[in-house]
Amino acid sequence: MTTSTFRTCPDTGFKVYSSAENLIKANAVAGVVFLAVGGLFGLLVALTRWQAVHLLPADMFYLALTAHGADILIFWIIFFEIAILYFASAILLNCRLATPRVAWLGFALMLIGSVMANVAVLQGESSVMFTSYVPMQADHKFYLGLILFAVGALVAVGVFFGTLVIAKKEKTYEGSVPLVTFGAITAAIIAVYTILSGAVILVPTWLWSLGLIGEIDTLTYRVVWWGFGHSSQQINMAAMVASWYAIAAITVGAKPISEKVSRMAFLLYILFLLLASAHHLLTDPGLSSEWKVVNTSYALFLAVLGSLIHGMSVPGAIEVAQRKNGFTQGVFGWLRKAPWGNPAFAGMFLSIVLFGFLGGITGVIMGTEQLNLIMHNTLYVPGHFHGTVAAGTTLAFMALAYIVVPLLFRRELIFKRLAQWQPYLFGLGITGLSIFMMAAGTLGVSRRHWDMAFSDASLTFDYPPAAFLIMAMNGISGIIASIGGIAFIIVIVGTILFGKKRDEEAVKSNPIVYQGGSTAVSSHGSAESLHIPGTAILVSVFFGAFVLYYFINWKYLSEIWPLS
Amino acid sequence: MSLTPPENRLWWKEPLHGIEITWITIAFLWGLLMFGVMVYWHMTGEQNLSNEAYRINPDVYAEKVEAAAEKYTVRVDEQSGMPVVRPPAGTDVYMLARLWEWWPILELEKGKEYRLHLSSLDWMHGFSLQPTNINLQIHPNYEMVLTIKPTETGEFGIICNEFCGIGHHEMLGKMIIVE
Repeated sequence: MTTSTFRTCPDTGFKVYSSAENLIKANAVAGVVFLAVGGLFGLLVALTRWQAVHLLPADMFYLALTAHGADILIFWIIFFEIAILYFASAILLNCRLATPRVAWLGFALMLIGSVMANVAVLQGESSVMFTSYVPMQADHKFYLGLILFAVGALVAVGVFFGTLVIAKKEKTYEGSVPLVTFGAITAAIIAVYTILSGAVILVPTWLWSLGLIGEIDTLTYRVVWWGFGHSSQQINMAAMVASWYAIAAITVGAKPISEKVSRMAFLLYILFLLLASAHHLLTDPGLSSEWKVVNTSYALFLAVLGSLIHGMSVPGAIEVAQRKNGFTQGVFGWLRKAPWGNPAFAGMFLSIVLFGFLGGITGVIMGTEQLNLIMHNTLYVPGHFHGTVAAGTTLAFMALAYIVVPLLFRRELIFKRLAQWQPYLFGLGITGLSIFMMAAGTLGVSRRHWDMAFSDASLTFDYPPAAFLIMAMNGISGIIASIGGIAFIIVIVGTILFGKKRDEEAVKSNPIVYQGGSTAVSSHGSAESLHIPGTAILVSVFFGAFVLYYFINWKYLSEIWPLS
Repeated sequence: MSLTPPENRLWWKEPLHGIEITWITIAFLWGLLMFGVMVYWHMTGEQNLSNEAYRINPDVYAEKVEAAAEKYTVRVDEQSGMPVVRPPAGTDVYMLARLWEWWPILELEKGKEYRLHLSSLDWMHGFSLQPTNINLQIHPNYEMVLTIKPTETGEFGIICNEFCGIGHHEMLGKMIIVE
């Protein structure tokens, strides 16, 4: 079993075992395929909600929306996360992968499950949305596909933990695990309880779809399903933050300002995120205000605290590194002179900013008990999570791909110009999608809705004309984001298939890992060496925006009809 | 760096930087304040969701809504053929959700309080009262009761904003607020 061979990566010096390498490649490629498929469905959705275009008929719209949610929120993200887990364990710890055969079994289960769920959706009998709320019923293949996928992912998480055990036992590293691995461990622990919550609700739902169980309580379904549905987004968040640290290290030689603070912030995620999923149930009957406030405040805000800490420590680490690299001019010289032409760096930095401003702030506001009344199930909700999952996680993963694909496939990126523009194009498109959906949501426009003109309804209602204009802008943003997405697929798939072999010459002339500086960077442990005025200003601007927008929403709330 | 084990093996003993302590403290206090605002709004704010809810059989709920409609129907809406129900101010008013309608149309007086009952007879639905923008999750088997006080006159749309199948986008209800 342990005959796995390894090579030494000429760029990084890490030992790369072929078993780990092949599994990372397989999972990453599967993820990218689902990104392409899911992204296409997303474009169709955006073009349908643009009322003047109204591309798809109603049944196809709901089908496409279900496929978009499942393919992006589950399949693309989790496949790529498994690749990150294997990378953060086997590669970063210079270790062989535990039980590669079992890992391949996990991959096979995930692949079968994801294809089965897609087939069920495409057959048209499972247009139940990603959330599949009972008693609306999908074809039993849909639930079985999700269950198989989840089991496969759980197997992969087990292989990850097994690899950590081997690395520890065989002493392939000294001291504590690297911060990125620590972040991956966070993601993996969250994944375990996420997948178990999923099993608790999806297995009975599957049996119900086969007629073996009579009835499932709708409130119980929502409570348990969100333990799965929301927590799965926290796997994304932990993996995304780990990616930020990794990309900052590789592109500018950044080191964490404080290992202790960054690790503590990851720990807050593990401890408090599951309970925060209660914020999906803020307007449901049968749950008390006390339950809602408690589960969305101490839990949510301590998890948010974790993100706020990363929000300073990642840019802070970049600022320190850039200053050491010689860019000391003024307050923002380090940022102006950052490698904005490197798609990995650009994607990572855009991901941090967009995640914070678009996804983070709005998520906290939506998760506030009373404020949820003016947002629940409006387009504000997808507006928020396009800020987190698309602008945050997806952009960060794309940025990481620009590093990992050339390293593992040992090929030079093709179409470098296109690659340079890609993060900006995708970031711009997603920013538009996020902002315009939130704007429409503020005007009350419903999510998951085929016809905002209500032309077939027996009554009439008109949204304000501005809402139609906003949805047109949303459609245009969807097109821009799609062009960015297609550019990513072209560059990555093109590199894998046709990229120039990355020989020794290329490693020397075109290094992927930041050269120089990194050895000169001394330990940042002492207080006097920390000089990050630029980051302090950025964080202050962010915090000011957060406070302002938070209280603006209370103002909006105070204007609706009194309720009690 | 972040990809390699910490250089200082005793990393947990490193002192924190002043700027880090400051930011963590501010962020933590901000979290406490946001918690406090929710509690404060429960005590002084006018927009809080009620905690009143009952388990109920959909058939029983349908009977209650129909009985109330029979008693207080004032006319029939020409466009939809739906009864327009106008219960006395200050009383209990009932509306049901089903595939794919909100039934009946309610006519209420501005500035008066009503106890609004909401439940679904079949799947989950989303009660989205527009343009005032109040959004609630409506379950079958659970009867939600909340006190509302309309503050403006006019016709308000009730959109279903929880996906409920192929007729979801045709599910539109109405509330009329009069002086």
